Amino acid sequence: MKNMLSDRSYAAPMLALRLAIGWRFLFEALVKLYNPGWSAKGYLLSSEGWFSFFFHWLAGNETLLRAVDFLNTFGLLFVGLGLLLGLFYKAATITGLVLLSLYYLAHPPILSNSGIPAEGNYFLVDNVLILTVAMWALLKFRTNLTYGLDGYILSKKGERISQTA
Amino acid sequence: MSEIENPGRRSLLKGLIGAPFIGAIWGGAIFKSRRDQSIREEILKELNIEVETPAPLGPVSGDPIRIGIIGYGIRGKQLAQALGFLPQADLKALKEAALANKNDRRYQDFISQENLNVRITGVCELFDVRAEEAIDAGTTDNNKPKRYRTYQEMVESKDIDAVIIATPDHLHAPMSIAAVKAGKHVYVEKCMTHNVAETYELYDVVKNSNIVFQVGHQHRQTQSYITAKDIIRKKVLGHVSLVQTTTNRNTDNGAWQYHIHEKASPETIDWEQFLGPAPKIPFNKEHFFRWRKWWAYGTGLSGDLLTHDFDSINCILNMGIPKYVTASGGIYTHRDGREVPDVFQVTMEYPDFSTGSSQEPGKEKGMTFLYSATLGNQYNRGTLLMGHDATMSLGATLEVHADRASTRYRDLMRQGIMDDDTPVFSYNPAQGVDAVTSATAKYFAQKGLLYTYRDGKRVDSAHLHLKEWLVCIRNGGKPSCGIEEGFEEAISAHMATLSYKTGKRVEWDHSQRKIVNLSEEEMI
Repeated sequence: MKNMLSDRSYAAPMLALRLAIGWRFLFEALVKLYNPGWSAKGYLLSSEGWFSFFFHWLAGNETLLRAVDFLNTFGLLFVGLGLLLGLFYKAATITGLVLLSLYYLAHPPILSNSGIPAEGNYFLVDNVLILTVAMWALLKFRTNLTYGLDGYILSKKGERISQTA
Repeated sequence: MSEIENPGRRSLLKGLIGAPFIGAIWGGAIFKSRRDQSIREEILKELNIEVETPAPLGPVSGDPIRIGIIGYGIRGKQLAQALGFLPQADLKALKEAALANKNDRRYQDFISQENLNVRITGVCELFDVRAEEAIDAGTTDNNKPKRYRTYQEMVESKDIDAVIIATPDHLHAPMSIAAVKAGKHVYVEKCMTHNVAETYELYDVVKNSNIVFQVGHQHRQTQSYITAKDIIRKKVLGHVSLVQTTTNRNTDNGAWQYHIHEKASPETIDWEQFLGPAPKIPFNKEHFFRWRKWWAYGTGLSGDLLTHDFDSINCILNMGIPKYVTASGGIYTHRDGREVPDVFQVTMEYPDFSTGSSQEPGKEKGMTFLYSATLGNQYNRGTLLMGHDATMSLGATLEVHADRASTRYRDLMRQGIMDDDTPVFSYNPAQGVDAVTSATAKYFAQKGLLYTYRDGKRVDSAHLHLKEWLVCIRNGGKPSCGIEEGFEEAISAHMATLSYKTGKRVEWDHSQRKIVNLSEEEMI
């Protein structure tokens, strides 16, 4: 892994993937944040598939729904900033994986699914699942250590340790 | 500066490689939000539509109102349920259905329905099996409904305050007239009457009484229709030249091919009373259970389904009885011996009607109400009110699309604030997913006839319509679909039927208040 990351021909596309997904998450978070009328209610209520009962339940309770709206917006924000800055990278990518998995389960691309209009044709694998796999790859390829604030903070810590030593 | 000279700075620059993007994204998001917000505000300011919540109906406290149910077939049973009464077996079935399917909210809706403080003290039903069911439904700890063998006996009873009439159409007027004359309040299903002559008779009897009279057009309680009234009041659509309403069904049940009960026989059905004023014919199970298919008892698509669409538009536009009506159609998809058409088109002309105009005075006037029905296809064509400035599609939900050639919205269109692809106003009081079980139920639900919403909660609109009637009985006031509205509904529907039967364009004279171009024979 270290060899691959130190090789720019690997690091560059992984970094580009990280920034692109970070962009996607941050923009989505901010649009929700600046739209006080936004709520996940419609999305949750239109859930289909095996776990729809769970998402309908979330939508049916005002307190839970407010919590979902808050966690979703700030979860997206955390992931977006984490990926763009390479900061708290592991926590951000894991949060991203959780959010994407929930989106996938809320609207699984099963053949009977008719809820959310899609721009393509999907069976089990859709854009959300591909993003989930990409997020997994990001978690494993730690570009944040070279191109991220995590790496900078670690190097500073290292300096302090070597100075005190 | 070389990397060797300052490795820390190099590391920080690399660490912040994504930071410049954040500014761009943040700026983009703020720009998008402000633009969306300003478009939304500009459109809403221009339209000025108020999503009205109807004023709560008055209290239902006091002694229970004693109800007599006349007719406990499909609709009678639904109305009793809307009042809060179901046979034990049906209640159990609803509960089991809810347990089997979490989206099936019918049981929850029923048990959380408001108590309307009524008792079913009488049942008049001609089929013994249904009569027993009705008695079962109405039986409570302190009340057991009495079975009346005739409606005349029931309306004369001192144990009855009000009657709900859900019988075949040919019995609506005789029963209503008898009840009103006996001083009983009346809730009667559509079509209010079976022919033109009895429409006048019923009108006069009700007008000369003090009873509360309500026709069963429950969509008057539907929230989206109430909002639609405000849209018309604010002239959002401009001059409406065409209203399109439709019936789209493709099932046997939707075509009135109802189940014939296995216990039906001359011993279990009072056939003479069923016939009433209809021509005397020998006992016929099919006529009893599928009466909507024959002119002797029913009013065809005009009285049965056009009336819902007519009244829903009349409650929004208040356009009244049309000047001219033409109708055509045939029996094209259910050639099973029926008399009434199953494909049916009606045009109602209102040459002097206007919903207001954004153009120069005098340019726009007149409207056509179009009703197009088929019982051979269930593609939902919806209801459209088509104005010069915008189109409103209407059912349980409501959407308004601005028209690209609109005069009123010309500037907003030019500025890109409005376009004709995106609705300028969209209103869904449910914001939820409902489990609707049958194709016919779905047809009614789409039209806003089955359910509406109050404070975000799903409510049977018939429950609210009955409640409105009961509140008026208790506290005074005028229900939303009284004798004036019923008169307009019935006459307009009969004009359509007469046009179909005679092949003539039927003309109504508003000053004489009568149909002027048909002979007495043609009017029957």
